[in-house]
Amino acid sequence: MSDIPARLAALREAAPAHLVPEVLVRTGLADRYALLPSPLGPVFVAFTGRGVSLVDLAGGHSRFAAAYRARFGREVVPAEKLPARLAAAVGRALAEGRTRGVPVDLSDLSEFQAAVLHLAAEIPPGEVRPYGWVAREIGRPGSDRAVGNALAANPVPLVVPCHRVVRADGRFGRYSLGADENKRLLLEAEGLEVEAYESLAARGVRYLGSDSTGVYCHPTCRHARRITAAHRVEFRDDRGAARAGYRPCRDCRPVAA
Amino acid sequence: MAATRRISMAGLPAALAADRDTAFPHLVRALIDGVYSGALRLTGSRADAEDVAQEAFLRAYQALGTYPPDRIRELRLREWVWAIAANLCRNRARSARRHPDRALPAEAPVTDPGPGPEALAVAAAQSEILAAHLARLPWAQRSAVVLRHVTGLPYSEVAAALGRPVGTVKADVHRGLQQLRTLLEEAR
Repeated sequence: MSDIPARLAALREAAPAHLVPEVLVRTGLADRYALLPSPLGPVFVAFTGRGVSLVDLAGGHSRFAAAYRARFGREVVPAEKLPARLAAAVGRALAEGRTRGVPVDLSDLSEFQAAVLHLAAEIPPGEVRPYGWVAREIGRPGSDRAVGNALAANPVPLVVPCHRVVRADGRFGRYSLGADENKRLLLEAEGLEVEAYESLAARGVRYLGSDSTGVYCHPTCRHARRITAAHRVEFRDDRGAARAGYRPCRDCRPVAA
Repeated sequence: MAATRRISMAGLPAALAADRDTAFPHLVRALIDGVYSGALRLTGSRADAEDVAQEAFLRAYQALGTYPPDRIRELRLREWVWAIAANLCRNRARSARRHPDRALPAEAPVTDPGPGPEALAVAAAQSEILAAHLARLPWAQRSAVVLRHVTGLPYSEVAAALGRPVGTVKADVHRGLQQLRTLLEEAR
């Protein structure tokens, strides 16, 4: 008969894999994340009690957990799905681009960064605005570069559609999730007519007006898109529009009211 | 953030005293296998072992929140967590005695992936038999034997965790092993 202490030692085993994450969730030391589909493929969506905290393309779990730990100093553990409160809102954002009002947790960002991201979330799907518009709307005109940096550092892409903010010259600019290409892909998927937009921008046209309403808009504003060719007027800047007697659209606010 | 830095067992009391939330996951990871294995052999049930482990760490976390830093720095963490876990196991054992049908025999773990199927079956059966005999020991002997030989705590920590003198614990281990030997020989 073999040694009983040795046989007892052989009864030692590893705890089941789900046990550490459960302990950390119960002690409030871990956030959770779910795997969800998106226009760019499967994504990890991490969340706290406040809302979505981190979004990234789904890859290795340990890499995501390490990135989360490095950024927030907290553990993150897998969850089957989002809690009910978030599931509908995040689902709509990922599937339909309806990003307005999705609960997000931006508590580790500065007020400025959070303001930039909250504003970006208001841009309707399929529409774009220039960096300068964001700067002006948050009351910090001229801070275009800082706006660009805040968007580039967006921790929750897709949920906050930083892809809807573009350069003033109409070029789409950089994008942080996957490749720069993805910005175009997303906008196309949302119904933006990319080529038409790019050719307008290439000609230096920044605003479109309707000679029947006397209103001018950003070219991708839903009102602008309804202007028929016969009534469409092009402007290079807001001063030209004002001189021609046009007033700014109240929805897309091409200039501060 | 220091969160990605490894913290050794020796460094944990100071780390917990300085920043409970950052250090606590390290404590959990360091102790959870031992606590789970011990609780499994003390309660005889995987479900109970998981509950005990979770509850023990939750209580440890909450307690740490109430201790001043000096006290945390002085803690012998493993025996301290085990004191909590052992109490939880004991309560379950008492409850199981009152409801004997609740206590299910522990499933046998397959600990050695090397041998062929027959050897595995033999090892599994032996583990199962040993686990069943363990479950029949009275609490004093079972707890001493499991903490000493399954979890592998030194006698001083077993004694502290169980709240009994070291001499008593040694005697309990000795008697427990003898009893196991007898039970195993009887079965042949």
